[in-house]
Amino acid sequence: MASASAKKIRPKYLSLSALLFEIRLPVPGWVSILHRISGAWLFFPFVAWLLYLLDKSLQSEQGFQYVKTEYLSLPVVKLGLLLFVWCYCHHFCAGIRHLLLDLDRGGDLKPARLSSWIVIAAGFALTAFFGARIW
Amino acid sequence: MKRLVVGAHYGLGEWLAQRITAVIMALYTLIMAGFFLTSAPFTYTAWKALFAQGWMRVATLLFAVSVAAHAWVGVRDILMDYIKPDGLRLALRLGALLLLGAYVGWTIQILWR
Repeated sequence: MASASAKKIRPKYLSLSALLFEIRLPVPGWVSILHRISGAWLFFPFVAWLLYLLDKSLQSEQGFQYVKTEYLSLPVVKLGLLLFVWCYCHHFCAGIRHLLLDLDRGGDLKPARLSSWIVIAAGFALTAFFGARIW
Repeated sequence: MKRLVVGAHYGLGEWLAQRITAVIMALYTLIMAGFFLTSAPFTYTAWKALFAQGWMRVATLLFAVSVAAHAWVGVRDILMDYIKPDGLRLALRLGALLLLGAYVGWTIQILWR
């Protein structure tokens, strides 16, 4: 017996390629998913890595010099640090935007889109700023 | 509409904790950014002196605890969205809890050595 529920439109499971190439996420959506991804990376491995650096640099003068002059001069370490800086800055800016939204500020479509662009731009601008100082 | 939003399974406590810890971390971030932008050159003496102060140690511990509480809620959100099998989700949450606990323990060890 065909029931009414059988004709209901069921949720569609999207393939990875559809997620990547067919769905165009609006800008606030990008801010949101990047907030989540950067948060996950900060949770692991970046907190652990930062604690390692803090531990080593506060242990002794030699440890500090090793971190500052040897370890942090390795290109792969610098790239890692740059990725960390971006994660932190984006997460920070997107978080401030989130708090303002919680307070009912900027929730309309236009300001929400504008603040999304600002958050994305600020994340990259701050990364460039601190990146230039690291190098 | 009036609703009871406290009690089991509403998540208001977690939601609020995540926001309060966010503000604490933002303030600490400004302190650290201020240090890095004003203390040139960056030396061991200045770095050591910064963390020798009592208030800085307490602020850093507060920051570490905030990170742990904030990430605990964030990880919970992510696991609820993507990990459906209960056993696996529970195992991952337990792993996150242990990792965050280890982070806080490590921080205390570094600060009061």
